[in-house]
Amino acid sequence: MIKYFKYIIIFLFSITYANALIEVDITRGNLNPLPIAVSPLSIDSNSNEALQKTLKIKNIGSEISKVVENNLQTSGLFNPLSKDAFLQKPDIAHLKPRFEDWSLIKAQALITGKVIYKNDKLRVEFRLWDVLAGKEMMALAFTTVPTNWRRVGHIITDKVYERLTGEKGYFDTRIIYVSEEGPKTKRIKKLAIMDQDGFNTKYLTLGNELVLTPRFNPTNQMVTYLSYFRNLPRVYLLDIETGIQEVVGDFPGMTFAPRFSPNGKKIIMSFAMDGNSDIYTMDLENRVVERITNHPSIDTSPSYSPDGKYICFNSDRSGYQQIYVMKSDGTKVKRISFGKGLYGTPVWSPRGDLIAFTKLHKGKFYIGVMRTDGSGERLLTENFYQEAPSWSPNGRVLIFYRETKSDSEGKGFSAKLWSIDLTGYNERLVDTETDASDPSWSSLLSN
Amino acid sequence: MILTKIFKNAFMIMLASLVLSACATKKVTNQMQGDVYTGKDTVEYLASGVADRVFFATNESVLTTASRETLRKQAAWLRKNSKINVVLEGHADERGTREYNLALGERRANSVKDYLMTYGISGNRISVISYGKERPVDSGSNPLAWSKNRRSVTVKAN
Repeated sequence: MIKYFKYIIIFLFSITYANALIEVDITRGNLNPLPIAVSPLSIDSNSNEALQKTLKIKNIGSEISKVVENNLQTSGLFNPLSKDAFLQKPDIAHLKPRFEDWSLIKAQALITGKVIYKNDKLRVEFRLWDVLAGKEMMALAFTTVPTNWRRVGHIITDKVYERLTGEKGYFDTRIIYVSEEGPKTKRIKKLAIMDQDGFNTKYLTLGNELVLTPRFNPTNQMVTYLSYFRNLPRVYLLDIETGIQEVVGDFPGMTFAPRFSPNGKKIIMSFAMDGNSDIYTMDLENRVVERITNHPSIDTSPSYSPDGKYICFNSDRSGYQQIYVMKSDGTKVKRISFGKGLYGTPVWSPRGDLIAFTKLHKGKFYIGVMRTDGSGERLLTENFYQEAPSWSPNGRVLIFYRETKSDSEGKGFSAKLWSIDLTGYNERLVDTETDASDPSWSSLLSN
Repeated sequence: MILTKIFKNAFMIMLASLVLSACATKKVTNQMQGDVYTGKDTVEYLASGVADRVFFATNESVLTTASRETLRKQAAWLRKNSKINVVLEGHADERGTREYNLALGERRANSVKDYLMTYGISGNRISVISYGKERPVDSGSNPLAWSKNRRSVTVKAN
């Protein structure tokens, strides 16, 4: 299956190649990442001194460039070149690069920039250059509070990514996940939030009660998740800014598997009663609860299509866990997964064309994607245990969690976040301070 | 004559099934039947002779013959101790997706609840909670550990 896809990608690539200046094709694997030079952003000595005091960082210009470099590297589409080989000073390169010098070290693209600290604000400008054509491709400037300096690096990466690939980036984003500690039989779980690159981790709960499956709303200010507060497993809503949380709805039993609707106005979830789980929605404005499925089987893991017109979910109504699609009012239920094995955790791509899922077959777990009618199933990665994919906002990358096998004493167990490109390439461990599971990707923070 | 023949055949079948089951459970001798745990390692007791838990096959919530026997004892004990309420804690093994397992744990605990009710225990005395795969009793990643974790545990609530 993966092999088959490779041919399609190469084909697509050869079409676009003919009219490309520099352009990065993200529909193919990372066989040939674009060599790019990220020059440290220049900074004048006054600004540097002042920033050293406020941020306790030696050289903010080179730190921001490191953020950009790391993002580009992680994307798998770019190959940031070693700074040791750079011949031109950052400040001079930013004014007018000597393209011969940069092409000598095989850079095809160059990022330069400048940092100024003025009136307690950080002003960062950057330029993207096409080295071979000897042309400026883009120039932008941002002003922000100094503590936001990492975000500046992410926004620069998003702009560069968009200019070179033609698609929106996913770097100025956050991941919400469940931080895990302690032995398997008494795992302590907390809600945690971090930047997409693993920095700025904050814990949102203390670990007193079990918490699971957090998900962002479209504006990234609210999170819905499952909490065992007072030993009553219920769906909660948390405002990240204020820290205020509330139970969603008044159900006489367990509610779980929550997600927001694409407009953020509803929460869709499962409600379990008398051994049967069905899908419900609650309108957050008028608190009206609607029952969407009514079937004596387990219906769970619902996820809306980006236009809000459809819902995918998993159900064992056929006898085993399979993926179904229905209209958002619950009518026209149609099974879409027919391959061998069990299918769970369907999530609709933000682009609308694909559904990512977890598959269990012959004792192995896979993360895969299929079209919304169930055709074109493609498995991206196989492992002992992995599940719960979540899409990057541009629909190009999936983040999920993976658990390792433990021996009979529980040794060897770990839970970690991983990401993989839609192409099936570029599988990466996502750094977290603790063990981690149930990741959910935010939308772009700046736009 | 015919009788001994039948007997013989039956004996042969029994022998065959013994050999088969011996193959299937080679490593975990006499602790599992099919993939349902039949051992006593993790079992605790509500009262003398009244085991607190029953075990399930993979993806199943159907009660086995042994489970039903355990639950009849629990029902008898609950009838005798009419002031005691219980919580049924349903669990799944780690080989499933988290959300589905939450539902599965709930379904398992409810199949226990239904059975206790048919033996005269009022539904008001029973509450149900699912932990999905969140609270394994055995932290191993092997079929025997998983069989111990697919369970419903009856816990005194007061």
